[in-house]
Amino acid sequence: MSAVTPASGTAATTDRAVAPVVDESGRVVLAAVGKRYETRRGPVDAVADVDLEVAPGEFVAIVGASGCGKSTLLRILAGFERHTSGTVEVGGAPVRGPAPERGVVFQDYGLFPWLTVAENVRFGLRQQRVPRSRARRRAAEMIEVVGLSRFADRFPGELSGGMQQRVAIARVLAGDPALLLMDEPFGALDALTRTTMQHELKRLRAESGATVLFVTHSIEEAVYLSDRVVVMAGGASHGAPGHIAEIVPVGLGDVRDVNGPEFNDLERRIAALVHES
Amino acid sequence: MRAALWRRRVGHTALGLGFVALLLLMWDLGVRGEWVLVFDIKMAFLPPPDVVARLLWDFAFGGIFDDAYSGTLLEHLGASALRVLAGFGLAAALAVPIGVLMGRFPLVNAALDPAVNLFRPVPATAWVPLVLLIIGFGSQATIFLITLSAFFPILLNTIAATREVPPRLVEAARMLGTSPTGVLLKVVVPAATPGIVSGLRIGLGLGWVILVLGEANGIDTGLGSMIMLAREQVRTDRVVVGMIVIGLAGFLSDRLLVLGFKGLFGRRPLVRA
Repeated sequence: MSAVTPASGTAATTDRAVAPVVDESGRVVLAAVGKRYETRRGPVDAVADVDLEVAPGEFVAIVGASGCGKSTLLRILAGFERHTSGTVEVGGAPVRGPAPERGVVFQDYGLFPWLTVAENVRFGLRQQRVPRSRARRRAAEMIEVVGLSRFADRFPGELSGGMQQRVAIARVLAGDPALLLMDEPFGALDALTRTTMQHELKRLRAESGATVLFVTHSIEEAVYLSDRVVVMAGGASHGAPGHIAEIVPVGLGDVRDVNGPEFNDLERRIAALVHES
Repeated sequence: MRAALWRRRVGHTALGLGFVALLLLMWDLGVRGEWVLVFDIKMAFLPPPDVVARLLWDFAFGGIFDDAYSGTLLEHLGASALRVLAGFGLAAALAVPIGVLMGRFPLVNAALDPAVNLFRPVPATAWVPLVLLIIGFGSQATIFLITLSAFFPILLNTIAATREVPPRLVEAARMLGTSPTGVLLKVVVPAATPGIVSGLRIGLGLGWVILVLGEANGIDTGLGSMIMLAREQVRTDRVVVGMIVIGLAGFLSDRLLVLGFKGLFGRRPLVRA
């Protein structure tokens, strides 16, 4: 359970500085992954032949038209759905069902409405049998990190969408996951809140060091946040299984100007890829 | 703002009570004027409200008629409430866990659903002759009938509420490392609680409905038995007194149930407003 101690993040960086031991727990390897549904009209492939490797600590965005299978891919990695072909490995181990090492942030938050913010954040820790006092401390700390200390005793229904999503992120990060799976996490938020949340996520991700897979509809969001953008294509409405059309490295550095020419060029290029496929 | 809300609430209460007053007035006028209503309801056969009020007072506090029922309200109400509570409690203790399991696990549902649907349409009235033969007169038969009647609405509401638990919450719990038992107890049950409470309220209400049926035979103390005896003696006034007390008891027990849950849950949104 050392993974949940607040100090482990800094301890890991110090370790890395002393000896170059890379923490491999956040490495994602998808090889020839496919998902086939049996329907009354015969089998349907939601995704097929997906090969993707994500390095520990990398931030990868997945974009593509509706139905291209990007959420399916994320749900397979989360362990909610089983792939029907290929291999899915996180941290060198095959994925078999959901686990706290792979935290999921949903578009609709998925908070427990009958628990307070603090109780929501420590829920996972308690389920993993982290002692009560330690879980309490860790939850308070994470709630502070997302700036909601004043709201720790409120219920989710009393918070705005942006605040609820912060709680959901704090809840997942409290368990110190190696991999963070985010399924259009800011899709339900207004534009202003969305921008704030993107800044927040950049900061949190730098602190946590987790690998992030981020599904989004917004190409700007993808370019702003990620190291690489995976463009998916196909899907049931195209008569072809969802697949990876192209992987675009972003390479814009840490500070990104969403109005800068390089940013816009990249955005246009990815948009073209999404639309032509 | 708060004052405006308060004023509206007082206004609504006044409106509701005003309607009750209107009904009482119509009742009084109807009896005096010997109205005959639809269904051939002969108002002349009813006791007027003031007679019922006096008998109700005597039933509660005594000192007016000094008959066998004077000042015995609490005794009868207590005996009846105990039977309703026992029957309802037993029904809830069985129906809630079974309903959660049926709603959550298709195999349990497949095993129990046909039996449930075979027994459910049989009304409590149809059970009475059989119950009298296999259990016999008395309290036990009454409690059995109440249990039987309260069981199905609680069960069906629990099944529906369990099925309506958002799959997202189960996913969230599982990715946070919750065990299957934890998912059931910490997520499914609380998420289904508003629906379960609705079922419990319906079940408790039905308990009072079935009370009169259950107490009709071989019971001396209880509101139902009082009503049945009064019918044999053609004491319409006492029948009406019994009806009023049962109505109030049903209303109060529902309020108490809701308040109890609200007290238990505090600000947690687990009971429907």
